[in-house]
Amino acid sequence: MRFLALITILMVGGLLFYGTPDFPAWGDPESPASLHVSPYYIEHAVEDTAVPNIVTAVLADYRGYDTMFETAVIFSAGIACLFLLRIYRRKSTTTRLYRHNLTGITLRIAKGGKLPEGSAEFERIDSLWVPYDMIIKVTSRLVVPFVQLFALYVIAHGHHSPGGGFQGGVIFGAAIILYAISNDLRRAFRRLNEKAALLASAAGVLLYAGTGLMCLLLGGNFLDYSKLADLLYTDAIMARSHGILIVEIGVGLAVMAVMVSLYYNLSSAGRHDEGL
Amino acid sequence: MESLLANFLAKYNYWAYIGLVMIGMYAMIAKRNLVKKIIGMNIVQTAVILFYVSIAAKKGKTIPIIAHGHEDTGHHAVQALDYISPLPHVLMLTAIVVSVATLGVALALAIKVYRQYGTLEEDEIAMRIEEQ
Repeated sequence: MRFLALITILMVGGLLFYGTPDFPAWGDPESPASLHVSPYYIEHAVEDTAVPNIVTAVLADYRGYDTMFETAVIFSAGIACLFLLRIYRRKSTTTRLYRHNLTGITLRIAKGGKLPEGSAEFERIDSLWVPYDMIIKVTSRLVVPFVQLFALYVIAHGHHSPGGGFQGGVIFGAAIILYAISNDLRRAFRRLNEKAALLASAAGVLLYAGTGLMCLLLGGNFLDYSKLADLLYTDAIMARSHGILIVEIGVGLAVMAVMVSLYYNLSSAGRHDEGL
Repeated sequence: MESLLANFLAKYNYWAYIGLVMIGMYAMIAKRNLVKKIIGMNIVQTAVILFYVSIAAKKGKTIPIIAHGHEDTGHHAVQALDYISPLPHVLMLTAIVVSVATLGVALALAIKVYRQYGTLEEDEIAMRIEEQ
């Protein structure tokens, strides 16, 4: 098996090696990737859309269909993960475990007894002994707001600097995942629960497709943002710039929510208990 | 001989991506553990990303963001040769996030397999299926 695999891999590598002399040299300005539509994008992006970051302009305007369906792929990946893993049946445990955060004592509460779920002093845990990591929790509490702020900056400033909906959405999702790792999943649910995450991912895709539909209703082509000019009180070029921003916000929302929902489902294997 | 070697070294980006493809495909074919196969798949995706981004490069040119583009549009013509090609970057930007999403689905399937058969080793899974 290993030997066969090695032979196959060597053949694939040999074929790729054999084809490489026909490829353009490293840093060749005449490479086919830079020849056909790419010069048009570089030379006309600013006058067409008033967006200096050409990658953003191509992503959300010239190749808007591609990005819309990529967002749909991400959304369906989040949904697929939910359908594969989520278990709604509750475990039939009669006892619950709580940790007193200040002393680290674990309480076992038999059936019938109940502690308030939102109590700050007690925290529900699933295994018998889980240490309370004060340093990790305090540090992540200090870091998370700044990461979120930076994510919003990356989304909003994607027109002028490297950034945009995908990157900002991933950073925002990472902030929430950091919170969920440093505390536990139950606390993360109190900030952003499962339903809100799924609704946000659907809302992001809907915002993207809805913007396209709005252009259609206003008499243009699908995703032709210049038709939004009257709606946004600007000229056709700035309307394209603003349309890109709206779409990027949709992408950011969808990506953030899908990342968070993937983490929720994978880290707890669909049970949505305390997680990792 | 020397020009051959120079040609070989000049295309080092392709050798890196071919190496990554070979490593990733070997992991996907030869490894028995499902998580290792998933890691192999991710390495192949990384190789494709490296390939696309490297063919966009132009020697000595800058990133595809027009300098001072928001200040004086129209005063100076933008030359396509001054900026690297934005198109492969756009394609790979979405591909990175989609690869994370497919990674999530692959891991979900692995968890599902583990729940069903109690193992992630391919030969043991085949054994359990035959037992049933």
